[in-house]
Amino acid sequence: MSTASAILRSVTPGGPSGIAASAREVTKAYGVGETRVTALNRVDVDIHRGQFTAIMGPSGSGKSTLMHCLAGLDTVSTGHIRIGDTEITDLNDKQLTQLRRDKIGFIFQAFNLLPTLNAIENITLPMDIAGRKADQAWLDQVVSTVGLADRLKHRPAQLSGGQQQRVAVARALASRPEIIFGDEPTGNLDSRSGAEVLDFLRRSVNELQQTIVMVTHDPNAASYADRVLFLADGRIVDEMHNPTADAVLDRMRRFDGKRTS
Amino acid sequence: MYRTALRNLLAHKGRLLMTALAIMLGTAFVAGSMVFSDTVDQATRNSYSTSFDDLSVMVSDPAASASGGFRGQRSSAELNEETVAKIAALPGVAKTRAVVGDFTGVADKQNKLIGPAWSARSANFVPDASGNDPRYPMVQGRGPRAAGEIALDRKTAESGGYRVGDTVRIAINGPAVNTQLTGIFTTTDPMVAGGGSLTLLDTASAQQQLLTPGQFSSIEVTAKPGISAQALREQVAPVVAYSKRFTVQTAEQLRTEQSTMIARRTHSLEQVLLAFAAISLFVGIFIIANTFTMLIAQRTKELALLRAIGAARAQVTKSVLAEAALIGLVSAAGGLLVGIGVGAGLQWGLKSVNRGMPTGSLVVSPGTAVTVLAVGVLVTMVSALLPAVRASRIAPVAAMSSGDQPTTPKGLRIRNSIGTVITVLGLGLIMLGVVSDHSKQQFIRPGAPLAAIGILILLPVLSRPAISLAGPALVRLFGTPGKLARLNAVRSPRRTAATAGAIAIGLTLVTAMTVIGTSVTDATTRSVNASVKADLAVAMSNGHGLAAQVPADIAKAPGVTSVSAVTSMNAKVNGNPHTVEGLDADTFDQLVKLSMTAGSADALKQGQALIDSGLATSEGLHTGSALKLTNPDGTETALTVGGVFENNQQLSPILLANSVITAHNPQPFIVRTLVKGTAGATRALKQAIADATGNNPVIVIRDKQGMADDYSSTVNAAMSLLYVMLGMSVLVAVLGVVNTMAMSVFERKREIGLLRALGLDRTGVRRMVRLESAVVSVFGAVVGMALGSYLAWAAVSTLSEQLPNISTVLPVGELLLFLVTAGAVGIVAGLWPARQAAGTDILHSINAS
Repeated sequence: MSTASAILRSVTPGGPSGIAASAREVTKAYGVGETRVTALNRVDVDIHRGQFTAIMGPSGSGKSTLMHCLAGLDTVSTGHIRIGDTEITDLNDKQLTQLRRDKIGFIFQAFNLLPTLNAIENITLPMDIAGRKADQAWLDQVVSTVGLADRLKHRPAQLSGGQQQRVAVARALASRPEIIFGDEPTGNLDSRSGAEVLDFLRRSVNELQQTIVMVTHDPNAASYADRVLFLADGRIVDEMHNPTADAVLDRMRRFDGKRTS
Repeated sequence: MYRTALRNLLAHKGRLLMTALAIMLGTAFVAGSMVFSDTVDQATRNSYSTSFDDLSVMVSDPAASASGGFRGQRSSAELNEETVAKIAALPGVAKTRAVVGDFTGVADKQNKLIGPAWSARSANFVPDASGNDPRYPMVQGRGPRAAGEIALDRKTAESGGYRVGDTVRIAINGPAVNTQLTGIFTTTDPMVAGGGSLTLLDTASAQQQLLTPGQFSSIEVTAKPGISAQALREQVAPVVAYSKRFTVQTAEQLRTEQSTMIARRTHSLEQVLLAFAAISLFVGIFIIANTFTMLIAQRTKELALLRAIGAARAQVTKSVLAEAALIGLVSAAGGLLVGIGVGAGLQWGLKSVNRGMPTGSLVVSPGTAVTVLAVGVLVTMVSALLPAVRASRIAPVAAMSSGDQPTTPKGLRIRNSIGTVITVLGLGLIMLGVVSDHSKQQFIRPGAPLAAIGILILLPVLSRPAISLAGPALVRLFGTPGKLARLNAVRSPRRTAATAGAIAIGLTLVTAMTVIGTSVTDATTRSVNASVKADLAVAMSNGHGLAAQVPADIAKAPGVTSVSAVTSMNAKVNGNPHTVEGLDADTFDQLVKLSMTAGSADALKQGQALIDSGLATSEGLHTGSALKLTNPDGTETALTVGGVFENNQQLSPILLANSVITAHNPQPFIVRTLVKGTAGATRALKQAIADATGNNPVIVIRDKQGMADDYSSTVNAAMSLLYVMLGMSVLVAVLGVVNTMAMSVFERKREIGLLRALGLDRTGVRRMVRLESAVVSVFGAVVGMALGSYLAWAAVSTLSEQLPNISTVLPVGELLLFLVTAGAVGIVAGLWPARQAAGTDILHSINAS
């Protein structure tokens, strides 16, 4: 455990365990018989509150599947997943939908925003769906943090790719979810815009005590995290605390080396 | 390129389903109309094919009827025994048959008329030496020989539950009489085959009851072998030249006349049906165009790639059109099959309403098949033309770019300008028509469709503000799904406009018809209440005249205070033909209320004429003017105008005292009898009148509401048919809504996935789609209802000459019903797309690129 995250943990409010999400013995398989593919193989993982966790691995390693299962977007074959105190593997679709709406924030790689809604409407959308009123002070803080105050009435088509992702980040933060999941949130951005978005994510962990899980294949993006989980063939094979881009890149190269050998 | 067209078709067959259904419905309507009218035509011809087989020449007297619709001259000239004898003595004549035939109703045991009144007929039984009439072979009993005996055709006897020996009530236009059934016969008479009844009487009784003793209505003449019908006609004609009224026709002429009549009737029916089919197809055009626009938008990259690798613009256009032609052909083939079923259904449906419909096996002519296929292909290709040309304009570079192409505002600007010009032109013409005194129709006829087309063109620009009006309500009632539904509905104005436009067309027509119908009914009801003081009107339900004794019989009934026959004759007023009506001068002011503009209604008592203001203007007459009346018998009566009354729908433009009419027309045509009772239109009064008129099942007794309904029932009957026909076009429009919503859901898969991920549950997604569907439908309905009401208002203003007191009445209840129905239909149309949307797999749609 790094010192930084230890400090963060100590200031994090919330559950006694300090675990925002966890997976126990999670297996996810697609298909049956000979075509059966195991995407996740008995994965155990804890996501710590107030931490920025990155999930990495070569393509096909199951990193996206792990995130989707943790976020309640996908069901597991066996095993258990908890978000906060809630066991989600037994929830029905309606309960899962409510859970996502109230406890989880999402940032996808692309197509994060509804084209018919303007920036601020997109930001408050999850709360509007829930019929909740946004906390105006918090909303103002989030909006100013991501630097969108003068773009709120713009529609997605009028925003740059970086700005669109920042709106997505703001949306994820606005409802103060227990945990935010990012699926390659900077995958479609140029390096400068990507750095901006990652900076916001980092700051939201530092300053707003947010919990973030991000899937990425970019070692540089992973270096913004407190902790990096490495997946290969559906298992967590390694983890790294306080990573640097170079260290992550080295670790990833070892996968490639293993593959080619 | 054509292979790509085929591949595309197969790849998108699911998405083309609604389009194909729309084309199929439209072409099925066309096919159904053609098959139906061909079948009716063929069946009618078959049932009449043996007519006139046993005669060469027929002499007939159209005026020979005690009750028929002939209101003209009833001179002493008649076809009688002497005429028959003279004809029989002609050298070319083998035999003659003197026929007495007219209307005769047969009552069942509940005193209800058997069969429709217009095809209840009677004829004389002409026995040969053996006592049989070969034309009417008896299956039971014998033919009528004396007064009080009748024979009935088998179908009528069966529906009345009568057996030989039973007492049967028959009625002409006076009291019903009891007769004894002596025989039941079979006949190939087409009217009997078509559900009519035929009563046989002995010749003397038939003459006595139907005509006058010794009189015949027609003489059928058969030529000797070797004598042509034409030659015989030339022999017969001089014999009957003593009256110009008689017609002498050969069997061939009669057949031609009959087949022309049949053809004209089925042709006009076909025209009406095809007009509605055309409306359905027109509505279909919107859907087809919409589908192709959407498909091409979805396929932008693919088409751009084709262009990038060297396909010419024309090739892209052609491939899209080839795709359209293929869908058109396949759908039209389906439409043809369904249409044959529709034709059969129509035949069955009309048959159940009207037993007189001739039936036969379905006729599917090659012409029908070719027409239907050609129409299907052409309509689809024409609809796809604009999208196809637009497809060819896709730049090759679009293959590389990402994202959706927004609609170019330029395209809408041109469209809006054209739409504005056409709308202003159309509305202007309508206003001109409404304002101008004459030739109203001349302006309104072209103005109405122009205005409608203009508005349809302007729909995209109208959609945004119109749908925005519903925004606050949607958000308040349905929250975020309501808001998203509204935003989605205005997202693609062209698409929304095409979908709503299809609904608007049907609703425009339905609304216009309903408003006109309501206005006409309202005007007649007011007119009846304003001009009729009588409590009841007694008339024949088949439009024939009442027997001369009926008014006197009614006057004797208990509870009746005043009675007047309304007589009618075709006469000339100052040389111009007019229908003249007569009433009893003594009871006139108790039964009729006129609003006089000059003179007094009492002038009737002095034998003077009352005329309406229309006639006064057109003939330049005023109170005190002299007026020359030419009676049907050719004599002239000099009259004085005693008063002028306001135009009145209930009465003819010229009114006389009955005494003036009977002076030259001793047996006038009695249209109806007006009755005032001591206690108003009570049941007791009705019963007393029914008893007094011998409980004739053909006589109807109507109160004021009934009189008004009688006038508006024609309108209402036409309306219910229109509703059914227009229902088809609305059905096609609903397919369009399903189509658009399904395509939109498909296109917005990722958005829906995102919404689901962000916490919108399935119910919310479903609600969003259904609401959008309802919003678009209601928008179309509102536009259609507004346009329809406007057109109805314009049409009503052209009716003011026929119905002076007409004003536009908006049937609020019906209009609200249309609106609610449109919303409900929209929700139903959105059910399937909503289910598709709710079933969206979140991961799949988010990961789709």
